[in-house]
Amino acid sequence: MSIHARIVDDLIANDISFVTTVPCKQLAGVIEEVEARPEIAHVPANKEDEGMGLCAGAHLGGKRPAIIMQNTAIGVTINTLVTLTQFYRMPLPMLISYRGELREPVACQAEMAVHTKALLNQLHIPTYHFHKGDDVEELDAILKYTFMCSKPVAILTDATFWGGY
Amino acid sequence: MIRSDILRDIAPVIRDQLVICNIGLPSQELHMIDDQPSNFYMLGTMGLASSIGLGLALAQEKTVISIDGDGSVLTNFGTLPTIANNVADNFILLIIDNGSYGSTGDQPTYAGRKTSLAAVATACGCETVVECAGEEVKATLEAAIASAKMTVIVAKCESGNIKVPVITKDPVSIRDRFMEAVRG
Repeated sequence: MSIHARIVDDLIANDISFVTTVPCKQLAGVIEEVEARPEIAHVPANKEDEGMGLCAGAHLGGKRPAIIMQNTAIGVTINTLVTLTQFYRMPLPMLISYRGELREPVACQAEMAVHTKALLNQLHIPTYHFHKGDDVEELDAILKYTFMCSKPVAILTDATFWGGY
Repeated sequence: MIRSDILRDIAPVIRDQLVICNIGLPSQELHMIDDQPSNFYMLGTMGLASSIGLGLALAQEKTVISIDGDGSVLTNFGTLPTIANNVADNFILLIIDNGSYGSTGDQPTYAGRKTSLAAVATACGCETVVECAGEEVKATLEAAIASAKMTVIVAKCESGNIKVPVITKDPVSIRDRFMEAVRG
């Protein structure tokens, strides 16, 4: 089974039925898989804060949402994470491509990478970092944890995890 | 007519609907005029009333009305193509367009100058876009609800605010009672 199918299987097994995405090259496979699954309503967003608004609405409507985005989005969404997702205590799994880590070819990506964990830490967002292929084994438990505690939770997935860039 | 006049006018129409209300004065005014468990007041996060409303409309079958402002739509312009391309016929976006950032001191917006939000929504692919005057909002909204077609209403009105208290309700209780109204 591909890593993309494996990840989306875990989303579906955790009853996630509303997924919004802003693309990243590293996430292309998983986004394609989300689009292909009839169990999931896939709503591409133009910007990640918009996507978090869509997820908040889906949550209010009784569905379990998730967002798939690049780590640069942390810079875009701090206000939304704090004043919407956290303030109203809503669950939101965030599957994030961790650009700018080892094997990154684009220098500018490293600029945001060095701030990513510090920002998530400052926001008190539980953060998991998938570096080796086996790390995906924890995804199911992370998703259960997210809906148990009703928090935004970050899953950073770097280039080594995805098998190179 | 100013925004609070429109809210008073439409209160009997929206009180039995799910309402996502824009940050700042719109939420404070609606809260004062006709507080309902089926109102979701945004206490922060400018611009996302339409996104939250669309997500809610896509997630369940009841009618959802997002009460937005011209300034907030300008802040989250990306919402209009998303709305157009993910049609939810139980969704109505009501943009109260008073040409100003009301909650921050009535600074003029571009929507009050050259930019037509109705034309932008149409260009983004929204199929039913109605521009109307403040006096016509109630009838337009009733027609939109009855049509069961996704509708964007741009309600043109005067700039101006009334004195209202801030909302001191806890956000989690606002969310909780709203979710109960969704289920009920």
